Amino acid sequence: MTGQLSNKIKDTNLKDLLKKPEVLTFAGLILLSLFMSIFTDTFLTGRNLVNVARQISINGIIAVGMTFVILTAGIDLSVGSVMAFSGTMLAAGMADWGLHPILAILFALFVGALFGLINGTLISYANMPPIIVTLAMMEVPRGLALLYTGGYPLSGLPSSFSVLGRGYVFGFLPVPVLIMAIVYLVAYILLTQLPIGRYIYAIGGNEEAVRLSGIKVKKYKIFAYVISGMTAATSGIVITSRLMSGQPMAGTGFELDAIAAVVLGGTDIAGGRGSIIGTIIGAFTLGVLTNGLNLLGVSPYVQRVFKGLIILVAIYFSSKKKK
Amino acid sequence: MDNILEIKNVTKEFPGVLALDNVSFNIKKGEVHVLIGENGAGKSTLMKILSGVYQANSGKVLLNGDEIDFSNPKEAQLAGISIIYQEFSLIPYLNAVENIFLGREYKKNGVLDKKRMKEEARDLLKVLDVEIDLKKSVNQLSVAEQQFIEIAKAVSINDNVLILDEPTATLTNQETKILFKLIRNLKEKGVTMIFISHHLEETFEIGDRLTCLRDGQWVGTEDISNLDEKKIIKMMVGRDIGDTFPERAESVKKDIMLEVKNLKRNENEDYINFKLKKGEILGVAGLVGSGRTEMARAIIGADKVLNKELFIKGEKIEINSPSDALDNGIGLIPENRKSQGLILGLSVKDNISINSLDKILKKGLFINKKEEKKRANDLVDDLNIKTPSLKQAVKNLSGGNQQKVVLAKWLGIESNVLIFDEPTRGIDVGAKLEIYKLMNELVEMGISIIMISSELPEVLAMSNRIMVMHNNKIKAVLENNDDVDQETIMYYATGGEEYDRAT
Repeated sequence: MTGQLSNKIKDTNLKDLLKKPEVLTFAGLILLSLFMSIFTDTFLTGRNLVNVARQISINGIIAVGMTFVILTAGIDLSVGSVMAFSGTMLAAGMADWGLHPILAILFALFVGALFGLINGTLISYANMPPIIVTLAMMEVPRGLALLYTGGYPLSGLPSSFSVLGRGYVFGFLPVPVLIMAIVYLVAYILLTQLPIGRYIYAIGGNEEAVRLSGIKVKKYKIFAYVISGMTAATSGIVITSRLMSGQPMAGTGFELDAIAAVVLGGTDIAGGRGSIIGTIIGAFTLGVLTNGLNLLGVSPYVQRVFKGLIILVAIYFSSKKKK
Repeated sequence: MDNILEIKNVTKEFPGVLALDNVSFNIKKGEVHVLIGENGAGKSTLMKILSGVYQANSGKVLLNGDEIDFSNPKEAQLAGISIIYQEFSLIPYLNAVENIFLGREYKKNGVLDKKRMKEEARDLLKVLDVEIDLKKSVNQLSVAEQQFIEIAKAVSINDNVLILDEPTATLTNQETKILFKLIRNLKEKGVTMIFISHHLEETFEIGDRLTCLRDGQWVGTEDISNLDEKKIIKMMVGRDIGDTFPERAESVKKDIMLEVKNLKRNENEDYINFKLKKGEILGVAGLVGSGRTEMARAIIGADKVLNKELFIKGEKIEINSPSDALDNGIGLIPENRKSQGLILGLSVKDNISINSLDKILKKGLFINKKEEKKRANDLVDDLNIKTPSLKQAVKNLSGGNQQKVVLAKWLGIESNVLIFDEPTRGIDVGAKLEIYKLMNELVEMGISIIMISSELPEVLAMSNRIMVMHNNKIKAVLENNDDVDQETIMYYATGGEEYDRAT
């Protein structure tokens, strides 16, 4: 055990560490947090930090699936709409069809997986470009959600269901944050410990070489989109519980926040390189930025300008490194 | 003759690698100067310094007596040094004229003067004695024609020094001949050329003088008329490697390993039928475009076909994808290792283990990383892959070592049949010999090999039998005995029916 550990320390020297893009973003996150701690009284309080964690959980969970998809050199623009549709189906399951909450949750996950399956199948088997397929799939589930609800929020959910969005464990940890942590842990294991993770990276690096090596490339690409659909659905479950209603217009524009978290975390938008740890750092960076600017009283309009600039700066550095 | 280029004590260091170590030699005006050396010897680095891509750490380069210090390739080109890479920089959807004048278009009253550009391009190609359809976009032209356009473009900007980086690597023999004619034309017009090549025969055919680099150091500069093949190889590898090929393995067994029956890719083609014995190397010869690679891809299920029946050791198998092929122990080491064989950004270890991960699982689920590392390490040792560590990204390895990584991937699984498509293309003499020896070891272990190759000496030296293809058809399957020579193969490869030595 000690032998392994000392090996590990030898392998990762400081220079290698600094080469990792997520380390750069992490340094940025620390700086940003320091800045906010100095210039506001409230940032560095337990309550606020827990708040930040809860606020980012929705985007953070979606960004996990987005990481899988971007690693394969794809993109998923349908996540916001899939999230809304899964959420309304979850609400419909409980309020309209009288399903047990657990069954309704499984149904919502199934809906998310189904849309991922459709995306992935069209991309893998029909050879359609991911950006177009998922652009079209931004419309379909959104339309279905609006169709089912008539455009109104769907309420009347059992009160016990609110625990997923509003509850706490150990008295301080919000349940959404716990769910996010579990999703990240599972994703981390998938990407670093299982063959499927290696295939996902490899496919993003050179799909044809992986295919000729005898790997079922299509299957694993579909898997990435199914994961993305399921993490979108998971966020849909959390937000439905938090709002205690199915919102057909929820998640509008969330695909962009998820992509921002992924690329801020150092994952190459062209695929093949990146990490899930980077994504959580990216999601936190966006969260701290929003939270800090709120505390500083900066208008939401100006915040959007800031967010855009931060993303550009981050991409500038990671593109420069690649060269 | 005067020296047009003087390279003086040039040193270039990359982090951890001394790519060029105090290199000095001269290029004479108007000569064809061949630059040779194994992969990683520093040829490309030196050419990149001459053409302004890199800057030397120390030493200097004089062009016509003036010290040069280019900060980018464009400056070098304007000063008179152009480089033609193996990968072209043409815009595929533009035609020859538009490509030649890209970035320096003639204008009349603010709009493009197409007439003048067309006339000049036509004159230019005429002077070079090259015929090209100016109406076609370049992606509709052959590789050779695209290369001629590149050369014409470079010459039209400035015709002092032209660097050709392995220009024949992607050409057919016929095209190579036309290229050599073009090179001779240019030489007559006083253009100085630096020619990088791995083909020794070409060196003798086209070169005036030769410089050899090894491990970043200058080994020698000689008149080619004073050299022979053996001497050049000795300069390159620094020792007598003896023969270029190992002794042929005689390990063919009676049993049939693979039978290909009624393989037909589309309606217009004939059926392909052949058998491969256990422990056999079956050489597949033929011209570029004769359908060899397509046949290999059809066998492993990489492309869809109309019809095919495959039998391994007499048993019928279904192969509809490369993954089916893997399950049946059939692997392809593809023609183009960078685009089809390797994941360049991933490490040596990750590339080697990509298709054997599911065989080393812990609890049926997790990658056994210790085992993975051990297996990769063993293969790196067995194949003598030169890499600083298993974690090195394969894009940083030399061509020969990259090819060995592709091979290692298939040695990590239990194979029945390995199909090598141009196994030694673009790799140096030393690595070639190692790959030949390895192929012999494989057949001695009972694996069967299909070796597709355009190098006839290679086919003749390594194969037990030789299958010659022409126009998607098998023209002949020859026992590789003393009656078979390059001429015989070429006869069938160009479409001949019954070969009669007397005629």
